[in-house]
Amino acid sequence: MKTTEVPQDDANMLQGKFREPVYSLDENGNYTTVPSLGWEPKNEVMKEAWDQVHTKTELARQQVLSGLKSPLAYYIEKEIMDIGLLAKYTGMWRWTVKRHLNPKTFSRLSRPTLEKYAKVFNLSVEELIDINRLKSEK
Amino acid sequence: MDQPIDFKHKQSAHCENGVVSNLLGFYGIQLSEPMVFGIGSGLFFSHMPFLKVGGIPVTSFRPLPGIIFKRISRRLGISFERKKFRNPAKAMEALDKNLALGIPTGMLVGVYHLSYFPDPYRFHFNAHNLVVVGKKEGNYIISDPVMNGMEQLTYDELLKVRYAKGTFAPNGHMYWVKQIPAEFDLKQAIIKGIKHTCKDMLTIPIPMFGVKGIRFLSRKVRSYPSRLGARKAASYTGQIVRAQEEIGTGGAGFRFMYGAFLQEAAVVLNKPVLRDLSIELSGIGDLWREFAVITGRIVKNRNSADESYDHAANLLLVIADKEEAFFKKLKAAVS
Repeated sequence: MKTTEVPQDDANMLQGKFREPVYSLDENGNYTTVPSLGWEPKNEVMKEAWDQVHTKTELARQQVLSGLKSPLAYYIEKEIMDIGLLAKYTGMWRWTVKRHLNPKTFSRLSRPTLEKYAKVFNLSVEELIDINRLKSEK
Repeated sequence: MDQPIDFKHKQSAHCENGVVSNLLGFYGIQLSEPMVFGIGSGLFFSHMPFLKVGGIPVTSFRPLPGIIFKRISRRLGISFERKKFRNPAKAMEALDKNLALGIPTGMLVGVYHLSYFPDPYRFHFNAHNLVVVGKKEGNYIISDPVMNGMEQLTYDELLKVRYAKGTFAPNGHMYWVKQIPAEFDLKQAIIKGIKHTCKDMLTIPIPMFGVKGIRFLSRKVRSYPSRLGARKAASYTGQIVRAQEEIGTGGAGFRFMYGAFLQEAAVVLNKPVLRDLSIELSGIGDLWREFAVITGRIVKNRNSADESYDHAANLLLVIADKEEAFFKKLKAAVS
């Protein structure tokens, strides 16, 4: 790639925080870096990846609202986690976390356990168990 | 201890090279990012269908995190002190102690909670490198090679990223330069680095790695639409491009950066043939970019049936052939 061909397709992926150095050849055939704002195909695959996250989050939100799953299911997707990762952050077993996805089991959890989860998601316990909050989320 | 260490921060494409380059610069060894990358044999290819992240098979254009680091320190004879901590408070205490002694300290962190990082890039990736160079009013001053300038993190923020969980969990891992050799043989290090890369790309007897890995991936891509359906096939193929053009590759899955290395190596070793090869590699990089363009289109039209998968798979075969010929020539040039 020549330095003049380094793409500058800005899709606000870098949020103005920096530009990415791309290595390319200048007119004398010497490699140099050119700061780039982004590139269309890359923006496209990034968007697709986030699309997947948002679809999964929305699905989980619906399941929580209809009482099929506990709020944990929603926050797991929202934070791009899975059961295994949440288990590691809380120091619990995977199967324990899995059980807590059941709304009935979840409603009987002790305060300290809820606090562990709330801390991971950066919420208060009240926020974590309040399903009504999810109604306005999109 | 409030005055920061006089540390020259230089932005680089890739974090691991950048940290090594900046740390060595602090101790008076000036090596560019491509040089660090080349000596550390950072170029690679692997596709591992059984290893999945977020449910998608992993394709990688680099060796495992930490390998560049290990190889360059071995080849230049630099020794690093490394430490992990079970107790987060102890990890921060040890960092403070180092800073008080004026030692710039590198560490592994998770990206997801890194507050200064752009949101679209914040996934649970735990092998990011940065250097802490001092403290100011209780905050830590951070030289993150990906960023333009220095950043700051609070105690809690830094603690959180040092104890990110999941694959490659850093566990407070930190490292600093213990000893720098009085002199080292740069030429020998470069030759070793090149030979290792050629070996990795050409001779690993498992079909998932090197040039063979690219052919393997080609077969997989061809079968994606019929095997997985339109939506999933698009995600799988998109993931390849994300790895290829991720922050830090310098474009085309490190191929352009490696070209820059070969160009520098041509001067140091006085082998003009390496310069010719560096231009050839830029051409191969362009083919990788073309692959990304096709994939970008596939992903954009992800919900319609698409004929482009064959096209993409064919292109991968062309790339595999070109890279095979390329690395054979490169091997011949240094032996």
